[in-house]
Amino acid sequence: MQAAIQATVDFLKLYWAPLLCGVVIVAVLPLIVGYVVLVERKLMADMQARLGPMRVGPHGLLQPIADAVKLLIKEDIIPEDADKLVFWLAPVFSVGAALLAIGGLAFGPAFQIGVNLNIGLLFVVGISALGIFGIVLGGWASNSHYSLMGALRSAAQLVSYETAAGMALVSGLLLAGTLNIKSIVEAQGSAGVWFGFLAPVAFFTYLVASIAETNRAPFDLPEAESELVAGYMTEFSGFRWSLYFLAEYTNMIVVASVATTLFLGGWLRPFAGIHWFTLKGLNGLDLLDLFPPLLILAVGAYCILRVPRQPTRVQQMFMLVVAGLCFVVALVLVGPVLLSALKPAMAEAVKPFYAGIHGGFWFIFKVSAYIYFFMWLRFTIPRYRFDQLMRLGWHFLIPLSIINVLLVGLSLIVGSYYHLQGWALLLATTPAAILGLVAALIILGIEQKNRARQEAAAAAGFYAG
Amino acid sequence: MGPQHPSTHGVLRVVLKLDGERVIGSECVIGYLHRGVEKIAENRTYQQFAPYVDRMDYVAAVSNGLGYCEAIEKLMIVEAPPRARVIRTILTELQRIASHLLWLGTHALDIGALTPLFYCFREREEILKILEKYCGARLTTHAFRIGGLQYEAYDTFEKDVERFCKDFESRVVEYETLLTNNRIWIGRTKGIGILTKEDAIAFGVTGPVLRASGVKWDIRKAAPYAAYDQYKFEIPVGTTGDTYDRYLVRMEEMRQSRLICLQAIESIPAGPILAKVGKVLKPPPGEVYHAIEGPKGELGYYVVSDGSVQPYRVRIRPPSFINLQAFDRMVRGHLVADVVAIIGTIDIVLGEVDR
Repeated sequence: MQAAIQATVDFLKLYWAPLLCGVVIVAVLPLIVGYVVLVERKLMADMQARLGPMRVGPHGLLQPIADAVKLLIKEDIIPEDADKLVFWLAPVFSVGAALLAIGGLAFGPAFQIGVNLNIGLLFVVGISALGIFGIVLGGWASNSHYSLMGALRSAAQLVSYETAAGMALVSGLLLAGTLNIKSIVEAQGSAGVWFGFLAPVAFFTYLVASIAETNRAPFDLPEAESELVAGYMTEFSGFRWSLYFLAEYTNMIVVASVATTLFLGGWLRPFAGIHWFTLKGLNGLDLLDLFPPLLILAVGAYCILRVPRQPTRVQQMFMLVVAGLCFVVALVLVGPVLLSALKPAMAEAVKPFYAGIHGGFWFIFKVSAYIYFFMWLRFTIPRYRFDQLMRLGWHFLIPLSIINVLLVGLSLIVGSYYHLQGWALLLATTPAAILGLVAALIILGIEQKNRARQEAAAAAGFYAG
Repeated sequence: MGPQHPSTHGVLRVVLKLDGERVIGSECVIGYLHRGVEKIAENRTYQQFAPYVDRMDYVAAVSNGLGYCEAIEKLMIVEAPPRARVIRTILTELQRIASHLLWLGTHALDIGALTPLFYCFREREEILKILEKYCGARLTTHAFRIGGLQYEAYDTFEKDVERFCKDFESRVVEYETLLTNNRIWIGRTKGIGILTKEDAIAFGVTGPVLRASGVKWDIRKAAPYAAYDQYKFEIPVGTTGDTYDRYLVRMEEMRQSRLICLQAIESIPAGPILAKVGKVLKPPPGEVYHAIEGPKGELGYYVVSDGSVQPYRVRIRPPSFINLQAFDRMVRGHLVADVVAIIGTIDIVLGEVDR
């Protein structure tokens, strides 16, 4: 009997747990993406002196659900001249790749959706790059000029920026010495310093390249509405369109997570290696660990403050519910901290929860900050022209990232020669970063000179012709 | 491209001949919004036709009305009273700011900057509110009457205009921080759609497009109408005549318009608002051409009267239509993405192009 139960449990562990994780990804991610979109619209509204969605639910909180329902029940249009099979397949391809990539990520020391692969990062980057097939196929299959041009642009853009992003990742990987996602974060934990500080140039390159890779403004050329209507998505509507949309935002989460993992210390707390705020008494209570619950508490308190200003009773109740949720989350966050501080006997028992919950918080916090930066750029900056975009990629980012790989490698050799570790490694990497900056400026200078000459030649040729 | 394309500002259709993404030729197909405004004029009395001109450049209806009313006044040899002229000037300059704001917002949106649009609309809304308080309409205002004004200025008119002008100074700075020194903005507009001084004159373009090419020509200075001769203002002029210059010229024009408004509200003369023109307008036989500096360029009315209550012929010189002729010259050799920027920079309104 015992053996049978054991066997069942083993079987479930082997097959059902991953399946469950898959279901979780497919079911929960659209919801998350929906709310990321809502947050984006709210942020955009805030920056543009307006309110954003306000109608569906209090402060438009149910807007994503309304949007999703609307998209799902829309008429499914396939253009007559389209290649039906490919048209059907393309969005699925795109979204499949994006969702698969999520599977390889680790959101906390104890929480990874898929398997802990030893080539984790490579898997994530590789799979998410496959999403471009969906875009190209979709653009080709819709049999429209705008779509095809959008798809071609997308392909060209992805190929060129993937190189720069890859090189930036290599610089980070040199520091980590492993491709395993968990080990990368642990390496930063033991070094006591995030690789973003050790390789700032690589972080910058990855930041720019990742924006371009996810087709976000100012690099949203493939779907530049003023030129190509909606790029490769022009002919797609309803459910298929929403799949592309889902893929785009999922990709955003993926690149933000990769950057967080490699450059921003993953789920590690800021100043993980520094114990200035650790109290001597109370079983080593770290005051910095009180920041997450306090933050959530403040949000909850703000919600309660705003309750009297809500116009209708339903909205007041909703605000109270949100505040209550915030308090519950704060309680969950503060629980392990206080338990281990006040009851030393239980410290060992709550330790995994402690690390897991706080790790999750910090990871989500950093990913949100990264995505916030994306959105901020989108509202602020005009769009590049396609040739300018390519020039930026090939003439600036790629040389810079290659030079940076060399410089980081060099600084590591110097570091190991003098046995520098952790923060001390900054002594070796900072000069490298400064050199990288100088290189960037030189590249920009050469580039500007070249461009001036080219443009003069082009203009002369044009007017002569 | 077009007529149903997100960035053709209405129903302009542009047939492009492309080599890859490079434009080697273009042709504008217009007429999708043709309503025969000039023909309508022949079947309406002078007063009846006045609201129709608002529908041409529908984002600057006040300027259209001013041009028409002044043309008929010239034909009838009457002059609007001083009070009417000053209020006309204020409203027209506010309308110029509103028109330029709409241009800036949509132009920036075409180039991919989302946010300026909403900032511009925020200020434009203030102007439209003033217009609404004055005459009850926001867009197609029909604010003036032949011989003066239709309505007396409302009680807090000066205060409203002054408050708007005070706020507006910092708002222009806000737009400029977003765009003027932005590397991408400069990259997208500098050297794009160059129109040389000679070409500009040859094509007969007017308004900011002409001034950005380096020609200091503004009818407000050259042949002052309304009350412009009383106020001090500068005419901004560009150097190279590219999209970026046109942007700078229009930004500076908004500032100058604000200054004119401020000067004007300081001393609005008292007195009647309507000259004695009688209930039925019967201008003596003759013909007249009167042009004003609209937000988009020289807006001219050529009116022929046969002495009856209806004009014999009205010919309108719309600035957008004539500025659009330079489009082909501007886009050749540029990329598709620049076409969008160039359509935006000419600042056309299709209602006026097609009439």
